[in-house]
Amino acid sequence: MTVTPAVAAGSSAIGEVTGGSVNEPILSVRDLSVHFPLKRGFIVQREVARVRAVDGISFDIYPGETLGLVGESGSGKTTAAKAVIQLRTAGQGSVKFEGQELIGLSNSRMRPVRRKMGMVFQDPYGSLNPRLRAGDIVGEPLKVHGLAESKSDYRKQVASLLSRVGLSPGMAERYPNEFSGGQRQRLGIARAIAARPSLLILDEAVSALDVSIQAQILNLLQDLQDQYNLAYLFIAHDLSVVRHISDRVAVMYLGRIVETADAKDLYERPLHPYTQALLSAIPTPNPVHERSRERIILRGDLPSPINPPSGCYFHPRCPVAVESCAGTDPELRVLAENQAAACLLATGYGGALRG
Amino acid sequence: MMRETPASLMTTDSPNTSTPLLQVRNLRTSFNTPDGKITAVAGVSFDVNHGETLGLVGESGCGKSVSALSIMRLVPNPPGVIEDGEVIFEGVDLLSVSNKEMQGVRGAGIGMIFQEPMSSLNPVLTIGRQITEPLEEHLGLGRGAAEKRAAELLEMVGIADSRQRLSDHPHQLSGGQRQRVMIAIALSCEPKLLIADEATTALDVTIQAQILELMKNLTSQLGTALLIITHNLGIIARYADRLNVMYAGEIRESGTAEQVYLRPGHPYTIGLLNSVPRLDRPASERLDPIEGEIPDPANLPTGCAFRPRCRWATAECEIAEPVLEQVGDRQMVACYESSTVVESVEAVWK
Repeated sequence: MTVTPAVAAGSSAIGEVTGGSVNEPILSVRDLSVHFPLKRGFIVQREVARVRAVDGISFDIYPGETLGLVGESGSGKTTAAKAVIQLRTAGQGSVKFEGQELIGLSNSRMRPVRRKMGMVFQDPYGSLNPRLRAGDIVGEPLKVHGLAESKSDYRKQVASLLSRVGLSPGMAERYPNEFSGGQRQRLGIARAIAARPSLLILDEAVSALDVSIQAQILNLLQDLQDQYNLAYLFIAHDLSVVRHISDRVAVMYLGRIVETADAKDLYERPLHPYTQALLSAIPTPNPVHERSRERIILRGDLPSPINPPSGCYFHPRCPVAVESCAGTDPELRVLAENQAAACLLATGYGGALRG
Repeated sequence: MMRETPASLMTTDSPNTSTPLLQVRNLRTSFNTPDGKITAVAGVSFDVNHGETLGLVGESGCGKSVSALSIMRLVPNPPGVIEDGEVIFEGVDLLSVSNKEMQGVRGAGIGMIFQEPMSSLNPVLTIGRQITEPLEEHLGLGRGAAEKRAAELLEMVGIADSRQRLSDHPHQLSGGQRQRVMIAIALSCEPKLLIADEATTALDVTIQAQILELMKNLTSQLGTALLIITHNLGIIARYADRLNVMYAGEIRESGTAEQVYLRPGHPYTIGLLNSVPRLDRPASERLDPIEGEIPDPANLPTGCAFRPRCRWATAECEIAEPVLEQVGDRQMVACYESSTVVESVEAVWK
């Protein structure tokens, strides 16, 4: 067994290790942190604490590939996505998109960048303006970025977008409340791809959908990716869905990435105890498999990011934690080809680690 | 702890384990909406046996939650109306007892846990008061005895420092702890049946696993029957002995977990199982989803409601609605084509 020296967060790129592609990454995130101050006081506001919602994460996404970002509530996955697209969330560190540094960019200079980054949200109803017709919702990015040459070109593009996501162009005249949940998510996707982006950020984009509709949307996303060579940052809590769509996966816990690997490796041999517990917690629709399977049940609740535990944030719940875990904050270490985990005890293909 | 059954609920033959604990017969519940009458539950019949775990699975709008609310007589009226059917619990039809008697059944006979514990718990009452109330109400315990029992119950559901926790208010607890409190309340009077309606859907994966294991362990210790209502096929596969698959207000397939998951007979069940990405199978390139949309309940298709989305549909399916028929030892399927369906699926899955 060989243990590769620790990779210091931010300096050497995790992406170099895990990417395995000769291309330049389309999105390169280094040591990204988002801290929210907690203030007390009525007139004189003092900062009493700091919520480290995202605490120094690094990852790369290459053209045409999907990075799955998984974690439970409070893991910071959504905040990380908002910091990437600079959506009312100021991050520290570095976010390079197509070679351009986004941290610190003004709103007006961010606008042309946002054309190339689409975003799809969990609640398709809450993210669609109820007073706009479907056609105008989908066509809005075309107007904002001046991508339609004429009115007839605009209508043509809207019709083709609608049919591309499996809606009939005749639906352009309808309002969002006339659509079902799945159709609204199709609208959301059509709007996100309207300005021909190269990266889509999908934040729990299929989580609220019924399983039969969820499968349709997942297939649509895969088709669009193949057709337009789109890169996806796919954020979700459902590990089965993430495995299905992702090339690589990063697992977050309390604002940090605790493990990252190629999807196949992460699911076949998770190295971090948290990843192992997460995977074992997911029931699969197979009674024979389910009843013979051992399950790791974690103790306790998710800690609050306002007051995280000392050392390894996971140690109070970890089934294999030792004394040193409370004192030492583990760094993400490369433990196998394309696989890194932030755990003092994790070793390559750690068979003995399971709790 | 003994539970006194109200005299009026006693039947001549006390229920034994051979007759089912709960028999739902031809239950019909509808809602009057501005768009017309919607039949949410359209003639549902099933049994829950003593001590068993039964799953009720289906997508949104299939009528699984309304079935549970109808059993508890908690369907808001108006607009909801239980139109027809019988809900026989321990030999008594709950749809014909008085409201007062029904109150005795809720809690003492049947406990229920919902998806969102925050809206089921009273935000201005302490946790302790919310647990002691049913104990005083249904079991006639005095204040001191009820408080002692409440602390025991909190311990039983895995809440540490139970004595101190009794004086906490719901907002001071995490989502998982609130759901633990709900379980403590639901089981406080040792009901014969616990209904869990999407009880873990809103929880994080690791917390969901904790709560499900807790629920399963407690009900098997106490001999409580468990009715799990969920859209999550994995949860049912792990915990349920038998299950009913619902679609558009009706049960389309029922059987043991092994039968329904490994040898499904209804095209809808097969479609559901093929729609979910599964960790127990190799990651496939593409999913094979059910086509189309869940039908509008105010405007259901003629004949079999699943027909427009079904790959096996024939002209016959358009004319009349298929009823549940025995296809195996304990398996029932409502589909004219089920023998063809089973054959073709077995060919593909093997």
